[in-house]
Amino acid sequence: MIPLSWYLLLSAFLFACGVTGFLTKRNIITLFMSIELMLNGVNLSFVAFATHLGTLDGHVFVFFVMVVAAAEAAVGLAIIISVYRTRETLNVDRVNLLKL
Amino acid sequence: MHLFLFLLFAMLCVGGAVNLLIQQKTINSALSLIVVMGSLALIYLLLGAEFVAVIQVIVYAGAIMVLFVFVIMLLNAGAEEYSPGSLVARIVGIPGLLVGSAIAVGVFLRHGQQQLVPIGALYGPADKVGILIFTKYLLAFEVTSVLVLIAIMGAVVLARRSDS
Repeated sequence: MIPLSWYLLLSAFLFACGVTGFLTKRNIITLFMSIELMLNGVNLSFVAFATHLGTLDGHVFVFFVMVVAAAEAAVGLAIIISVYRTRETLNVDRVNLLKL
Repeated sequence: MHLFLFLLFAMLCVGGAVNLLIQQKTINSALSLIVVMGSLALIYLLLGAEFVAVIQVIVYAGAIMVLFVFVIMLLNAGAEEYSPGSLVARIVGIPGLLVGSAIAVGVFLRHGQQQLVPIGALYGPADKVGILIFTKYLLAFEVTSVLVLIAIMGAVVLARRSDS
């Protein structure tokens, strides 16, 4: 028997770690992994609130989040490969062709 | 026992997430992210979310992370280059972090002990979740199938060499 808020605290911590990684890291693959970490934190929140409310709708939403995350990872990694082919770098600071 | 299991996997989660931030090599970050996802699957099992735990392992720790590791190996991503962050991020970020954690701890202390969750509190096996997906959320399910199709085609078009 553990409080519901512990799950939410863990979820908030994972989300915060994801945000920190997204803002501080420079490698584009690590940025993507930070986004996945944020999505995982949100998923834990969904499951915890589904338990709190007593309905399975939260589980279905986790399923949809995972589908969108898989699609995002596939397209994102294809973009990373394409960027690496043209710019020869994985550093996001060097991908600045659109910058004035 | 429940408390022990939760604390064990929560510690693994927290350690993996922090390790993702402090590692310099991308492959080490990816492996610690796999640790986070695996222990999250076990936390889902503690909550009774059986279906979610299974697809967490299959889709996240399996498919998505294999894709990440594959791309890291393919592009031979070594150590990360360090570049200094902006000053604004430090000025806004550190007080923001402090305020955010103060709010979280405050809410936790005031309302933290309200609802106790027993092990397997809301049992969510695949059949119950499947019935919900194919009745109440049927439209959303069909739309996501179109989304996945578009993502497959987009990935193929983007990753293809365009010299031909």
